[in-house]
Amino acid sequence: MTTSTSSQSLWQRVTAPLSSGPIAYGFLALYVLACSILLVTNPRTELSTDVVFVLFLLSMLVAYRSRVAAWFKVVLGVFALGVVLPYFGTLNPFYIDVATQAGIFTALALGLNVVVGFAGLLDLGYVAFFAVGAYAWGIFSTPQITEINPAWSPVDPVMFYPFLIIGLILGLITGVLLGLPVLRLRGDYLAIVTLGFGEVIRVVANNLDRPINITNGSQGIRAIERPPLIIVDQIRNLGIVADDNRLYQLFFYYLVLIIVLLTVIVVARLKHSRIGRAWEAIREDEVAAVAQGIPRVRMKLLAFAIGASFAGVMGVVFASKQLFINPPTFDLLRSINILAMVILGGMGSIPGAMLGAIIVTMLDLQILPRIAAVLREAQAAGAPIPRQFDPTQYQRLLFGLLLVVMMIFRPEGLWPDERRREEQHEVEITDEELEADKTAKQAGADSGS
Amino acid sequence: MALLEATNITKIFGGLVAVNDVTFTVEPGSIVSVIGPNGAGKTTFFNVLTGIYKPDKGRVVFAGKDITGWRSDQIAALGMRRTFQNIRLFGNMTVLENVLIGMHVHLHASIWSIIFRGRTMLREEAKARNKALELLSFVGIADKRDELAKNLPYGDQRRLEIARAMAGDPKIILLDEPTAGMNPHETAEATQLIRRLRDERGITVILIEHDMRLVMSISERISVLDYGSKIAEGDVQAIRTNPRVIEAYLGKGAAGHAA
Ligand SMILES: Nc1ncnc2c1ncn2[C@@H]1O[C@H](COP(=O)(O)OP(=O)(O)OP(=O)(O)O)[C@@H](O)[C@H]1O
Ligand SMILES: [Mg+2]
Repeated sequence: MTTSTSSQSLWQRVTAPLSSGPIAYGFLALYVLACSILLVTNPRTELSTDVVFVLFLLSMLVAYRSRVAAWFKVVLGVFALGVVLPYFGTLNPFYIDVATQAGIFTALALGLNVVVGFAGLLDLGYVAFFAVGAYAWGIFSTPQITEINPAWSPVDPVMFYPFLIIGLILGLITGVLLGLPVLRLRGDYLAIVTLGFGEVIRVVANNLDRPINITNGSQGIRAIERPPLIIVDQIRNLGIVADDNRLYQLFFYYLVLIIVLLTVIVVARLKHSRIGRAWEAIREDEVAAVAQGIPRVRMKLLAFAIGASFAGVMGVVFASKQLFINPPTFDLLRSINILAMVILGGMGSIPGAMLGAIIVTMLDLQILPRIAAVLREAQAAGAPIPRQFDPTQYQRLLFGLLLVVMMIFRPEGLWPDERRREEQHEVEITDEELEADKTAKQAGADSGS
Repeated sequence: MALLEATNITKIFGGLVAVNDVTFTVEPGSIVSVIGPNGAGKTTFFNVLTGIYKPDKGRVVFAGKDITGWRSDQIAALGMRRTFQNIRLFGNMTVLENVLIGMHVHLHASIWSIIFRGRTMLREEAKARNKALELLSFVGIADKRDELAKNLPYGDQRRLEIARAMAGDPKIILLDEPTAGMNPHETAEATQLIRRLRDERGITVILIEHDMRLVMSISERISVLDYGSKIAEGDVQAIRTNPRVIEAYLGKGAAGHAA
């Protein structure tokens, strides 16, 4: 006990000067710059690059949480995520794909964090809403639609943009439909029902190829459309040679980046509003919350629906980016994975959910396969590893072990919610804006008279 | 017209009749107490009034509305607030936030104005914060606004619970043993606070208390429960001398000596 508190205070003693004041500016600039240079000068695909890449993404979260001017954060963000990362992606396209994937799961983790972290509702079937969005675009953008009714034809690829909104609405509706009957249940029951629902959606997707072929069953849907790239000709005119796949990689990267940004803003604002407070109160003590006049079921439904709508949007993006979806894409493991991101990062914490998403995605796509590969090489070279043991088969085990160790040593998550600092910050913003508001009104009145 | 009228309330848990056919009326602007030995059904009666339990029999009329069977949050929104015998604050939220939660029903910012930080929402939040601070100074803990509720000393937690209850602009506040576990000095301060609730804010108060000095000094009317039934009702003098009350508190045979 004592060691953990003293190490925490040491941690705080180290980070406090780095997170505010003039030192913070220098530190952040140096941090981002160092990572950027390391990345760009060593674009090979190897473990050291993975580590630098994670540190690079982490720098954005550190900046997000530091008490530096907003413009500075924006400059850093635009530089790192808007310029360095895409440029690095042209050197090593593998990483831009990883970044996009991490972004998709960041948005999902942020959405699930609203449900699990803010409102305290254990949802084990979150991926179902993701599937709904993905299948919506998958079906409507491909000839699959003619299987439902030969008279219909696929929508124009440019409809991808309105479909982002449609995906959001579909997620919302599905969330409400599931939530209405379920949210009266408490704790464990809710977890079981959502788990069941997640599986039901997958099974429906798997079997809805008869009598009418809606989802094409276990075959999945292929050749899903990507939206037309509007500025592609201008880019080519600039003399940049880039094939379509490269351009689409960049396109989806930026699109996901924008959606993640919007998600963060929306989620953060909700968290610090009357709605976020009500969620937290319900999570802390339901009876006491209701005694303050908070309508329990309605607030839970809201959390559920908002979380689901983020997943719906990302489903549309995911389907279009992957070009192919099938039922196993949306299995229970996926839901568990997203939940692991939220818990690993720190429930209810926005940077925590983002960090969790980045780390789990990196582990999944990069680090664990790499470790397995290293082990296999060692095995081939004659290391004392039994031949029956195939390291690639044990990636999930390693992942599980990591989670267990994490939960033992840091049960509150990697980046737990820092409530008080945030609160103070919030007050500052409100007061400032109110002041601005007042002066604006005064100015209006002055000019009027 | 009475502010609160509970008629023939009965609440049964399994075989146990926790509240038995209790009728109870509260006039607006009064301070009334509900007393009785441990397990008499006082808290259960509060839980029925505030909608945490539905009564098995009987009706509750509050502010002219029949609220029997209403949900707890609807009753709270109508202006009946309470504190809990075993303090139920939102421990991991700040003191100020706890009070803001109490204001929930008066905050109406739409989800859009929250997402776009609309002016109405900012103004509403700022106003709510000011009002919360005012309430915190009323109960005397404004300097602790940014502390986590769970870190407050015991007495301050009780004060915060009262501030939170006040935040909803209630017509009536039900206090369940607000001085339990307090020393005499703290109890005196709490008594003062309860009086000011009514005198300065015009809030009607129903009080459950075991501290007889407090009850006798503050109440205008007292109801006594024993084994779920109301055995006596009246002003301080009537209760002090009521043989059934003395018997309930001191056991059979004590009535003759105590008077
Ligand atoms: N939820 C419940 N389920 C079953 N029995 C209950 C429940 N709540 C209370 N009781 C029982 O009802 C009776 C009245 O309890 P209550 O808490 O209302 O008493 P009280 O007058 O508030 O006592 P105290 O002064 O100790 O707080 C007790 O016998 C108690 O055990
Ligand atoms: Mg009690």
